Amino acid sequence: MGITLPILILAIPFTMFLVLGIGGVKMSRKTAGVLGILANGTLAVLAYIVAFTYFFSGNPDFIVDGVRQQVQLFDVTWLAFTDRMVVNIGFLLDPICAMMLVVITTISFMVHLYSWGYMEHEPGFQRYYAFLALFTFSMLGLVVATNIFQMYIFWELVGVSSYLLIGFFYKLPSAVSASKKAFIVTRFADLFMLIGILVLSYYVSNTPADGPLGGASAFNFMMLNSQPTNVLASTLGATFMSGSVLTWAMVLIFVGGMGKSAMMPLHIWLPDAMEGPTPVSALIHAATMVVAGVYLVARFFPLFCVVPDSLTFICIVGAITAFYAAVVACAQIDIKRILAFSTISQIAFMMVALGCAYNEPVEGVHYSGLGYMAGMFHLFTHAMFKALLFLGAGCLIHAVHSNNYTEMGGLRKYMPICHITFLIGCLAIAGIWPFSGFFSKDEMLAAMFSRHWFWGAWMTMVAGLTAFYMFRMYYMVFWWEENPKYKHEGHKPHDAPWQMSLPLIVLAAISCVAGFIPFGEFVTFNGEPYHIHIEPQVAVTSLIVAVSAIALATAMYIKKNPWPSRVKNMWPALWTAANRRFYWDEIYQFITHKIIFNLICRGIAWFDRHIIDGTMDALASITQWTSVKIKGMQNGSVQTYVMWYLFGAVLLAAITWICIL
Amino acid sequence: MDYSQFGAMLPELIILGLFFIVFLLDTFSGENGRKPLTPVSTVLFGLATIAIWIIPASGETVFGGMYVDDSACKAMKAILNVGVFIVFLQSAKWLDSDEVAVRKGEFYELMLVTLFGMYLMISSRHFLLFLIGLESASLPLAALVAFNKRHYESHEAAVKYILTAVFSSAILLMGLSFVYAFSGGSLYFDDIRAEVMGEDSGLLICALAFMIAGIGFKLSLVPFHLWTADVYQGAPTAITSYLSVVSKGAAAFAFFVIFVQAFGPLYSGLWEWMMYAVIIATITVGNLFAIRQKNMKRFMAFSSISQAGYIMLGVMTESALGLGSMMFYIFVYVVSNLAVFSVISTIENKTGKLSIDDYDGLHKTNPWLSFAMTLAMFSLAGIPPFAGFFSKILIFTSVTASDSMPLYMLVLVALINTIISLYYYLLVVKAIWIKPGEAKVESFRSDNGERVALWLCVAGIIFFGLVPYIYKYCVESAQPVLAVIGL
Repeated sequence: MGITLPILILAIPFTMFLVLGIGGVKMSRKTAGVLGILANGTLAVLAYIVAFTYFFSGNPDFIVDGVRQQVQLFDVTWLAFTDRMVVNIGFLLDPICAMMLVVITTISFMVHLYSWGYMEHEPGFQRYYAFLALFTFSMLGLVVATNIFQMYIFWELVGVSSYLLIGFFYKLPSAVSASKKAFIVTRFADLFMLIGILVLSYYVSNTPADGPLGGASAFNFMMLNSQPTNVLASTLGATFMSGSVLTWAMVLIFVGGMGKSAMMPLHIWLPDAMEGPTPVSALIHAATMVVAGVYLVARFFPLFCVVPDSLTFICIVGAITAFYAAVVACAQIDIKRILAFSTISQIAFMMVALGCAYNEPVEGVHYSGLGYMAGMFHLFTHAMFKALLFLGAGCLIHAVHSNNYTEMGGLRKYMPICHITFLIGCLAIAGIWPFSGFFSKDEMLAAMFSRHWFWGAWMTMVAGLTAFYMFRMYYMVFWWEENPKYKHEGHKPHDAPWQMSLPLIVLAAISCVAGFIPFGEFVTFNGEPYHIHIEPQVAVTSLIVAVSAIALATAMYIKKNPWPSRVKNMWPALWTAANRRFYWDEIYQFITHKIIFNLICRGIAWFDRHIIDGTMDALASITQWTSVKIKGMQNGSVQTYVMWYLFGAVLLAAITWICIL
Repeated sequence: MDYSQFGAMLPELIILGLFFIVFLLDTFSGENGRKPLTPVSTVLFGLATIAIWIIPASGETVFGGMYVDDSACKAMKAILNVGVFIVFLQSAKWLDSDEVAVRKGEFYELMLVTLFGMYLMISSRHFLLFLIGLESASLPLAALVAFNKRHYESHEAAVKYILTAVFSSAILLMGLSFVYAFSGGSLYFDDIRAEVMGEDSGLLICALAFMIAGIGFKLSLVPFHLWTADVYQGAPTAITSYLSVVSKGAAAFAFFVIFVQAFGPLYSGLWEWMMYAVIIATITVGNLFAIRQKNMKRFMAFSSISQAGYIMLGVMTESALGLGSMMFYIFVYVVSNLAVFSVISTIENKTGKLSIDDYDGLHKTNPWLSFAMTLAMFSLAGIPPFAGFFSKILIFTSVTASDSMPLYMLVLVALINTIISLYYYLLVVKAIWIKPGEAKVESFRSDNGERVALWLCVAGIIFFGLVPYIYKYCVESAQPVLAVIGL
């Protein structure tokens, strides 16, 4: 494979961003939309070609003795600060990258198409498409990064485009504050990631330039992944605060991933991010950007394996988050919020799966890399069905003009396409055979059980909760009691136009069949194929749990009845707490406003106003004063000029001479 | 004599050939023939620029070692050519004005001759050839400075320029004669390097100081800079921009070659400290004066003094990395500074306004010019992600690569000065975008040549930092200069 395709894959979305961003003002909506959709369609085709070539061509560059290789299609030096500190930009192709290319371009294309209908009447339509293109570019750049620095640059770019898109309706105060919140929280997490990278770089760049690593390329993922212990040799001995430096670094890097992937306690931005347009939520906050944290862990997996403590940390964070988000999702009214918490919970699922993987054979475990494969598999299936659910929710909101299910009910008669596809999405996420979620969830649970029975049991419970709250929402929206408004008022809800329905159908179709993809043949931690087989015990258990949860939800919500409110009134405090998301936002408010602002910021503000500004003012006054004093030197007469000239030359000589004597 | 040696001087021959074409066209074609002079010279020069970029350096040393044609010299010449090309583009309109149209040919001829002189400065490895280059780059410039015949300021500037130039040549020659005494009668850089090794007598120190002063004049290093502001202000704007970038770039390169190749062994303990003093004085004094300026051209004069100090940082490294960073800095400086001068000359040609206050609210009437000016100011101040940021950071890292405390301090001083420079560069940006009130410059359409020049500069400002090849190219082509002294 040449370098034309990879360069095109990055160049097309970036060019579209420039074209639509700069020229968009002068384009009609239709031109901008068609241009964006066509460009993205082309992009998707190119990405498929790359992924297909990588997986199926059998080219010895990509696969050797049945083991898939990591390949750098190109890698150029971008900034060479010194011999060692070199920043490269390139295109790394390996199984997870090829998989992500497919996911990103598919969802992005669906969202582009869908937005054409959904955003039709919004002002700033062209700007919206420009931002979508920017996001696609950044996300692609992130997954193909060849080294940590490139990944970090695109990591931040992804954050910026997310910020721009959440705040797209910039006239709504809630959208503005949501975008700020998302940006600040993720930036705050990225700060830790940066520190982690710097800590790593301090040790890694200290490896000798003439050593086996060649110094300069130590940040390269291929290098890090192929010989992690070599790269980190000088780190292994170092300790900081009674923990090894490497553990600290890896945990800090993971905190960056926690921010992007909305893990507790940095999850607070994701529910608010739902203020953005719904297709954006589908693309960024369900399918692609939020899984960047999972991708990060997968990318650094060999490094995480060097320090098993960090993997345990990932497991704990994931398990708590998954449970927390599932409980909160049971008590929300806004359908986008429910989906947001469900996203948090599912991503936490993937995190736990990754945390449960090993990179070398372990006694008693039949396949050590199962968690890695399963996590990636779930990332893939989840992206498809969660995007489907979000786009479906978009159709509902489009039809009903409200985010709350209390305004819906009985919609199955009015919106058949939306109903069927949404049901497929719900079945997939609940893990019902033969929908895609069943297969990936089964593999994940198997991996968790093989690590420790506790993780498996805990996550099975979360899976049950998932099925329950998804079907609670499904019934509240499509069954329950028909909203009387539909009959009396003029606007009957109806299915969306084809631009919006087509993506739903496509994604639903993918969700139906994706489970049968032999995913282990393509993506594993070391490139060796693995034959997926269903673990009967795990599968049966999780199916029973899911079906009973759905049955419970059916019993409670299929028709209007007083049971839900009775249950709610049984534990009012619990319900309110869950509904208010266990007061995390309030806690943050308290910590930032009351504690940090008062105790720390006041002091800093004083220091800034008096010491820093004072120094700067003094510097400015001194500069001004000197500037006035020496202006006589420049008096316009050549004689003076020449005198200074000679004087300067002689003085230079004289002082040097005196100095060396 | 082996005449085939001239083959190695291909860039010089191209410029010389161009000179003759312009000269003959100008002399023999009469009144009507003068009209196509601008397009013909500009297009031919553009072709010459491309030719010099793509023709690989022969790597030969000819005329007994007086002249070399290595990749570093070639790259530097190509960079200067880009600068001159932009100057040609931006001056096209001005040259058509009634006052100077009749002397249009002279402008191109004199420019090409000075460029020829700079080529010689760059390629010479013998002081005699260097001196010839220096003088043929200096003296015609005086005529160019006086190009606005009927303007009093133009005369005054030319007189100041020529008097200082003559004086500095005298000082340079005096220093050279001291060197001659040491080197046993040879003026080859190689011979001098071998002879001065380990010497530290007073005479040699004088020689070094005088050499710094002599070349420092062209670079307007402090305290040899006092002519700069008056000359820059008085000269026609096209010449000012030429003086501020091209002439400076050539001198900086020659400075590096001379001080590393001829006086390299005397670095530590001798000219090292002289350069510390000169660089710090240059950056600081340039900044301090720039703060107070009201006239754009005077302002840019002091800004360019300060920038020369940053360029000279590259000399402190004695490495290919340093020379490469310096060349990259010069290249970026060429596009950034010429962008500013293109805006200045465009506005001056249309409205005659030159004061910073006249730029108040410019964005309302001329958004594109304001945009270009802002980018250029950001680049000069070193704000990421524009080219100026990368050129600064790369030259700083090349200096600190040698890991010595005094060099760290030098970079620290340069950094502090960057903050000061931010203040005055942003003053212009503030005038353009923030100051309230009606715009003082009316809306107009700029000329095609000016527009192309601006587009080239803006593209350079945006892409030079982001595209790594240019920096890599500079560093790689800088190798031969250091290879001579075994580095």
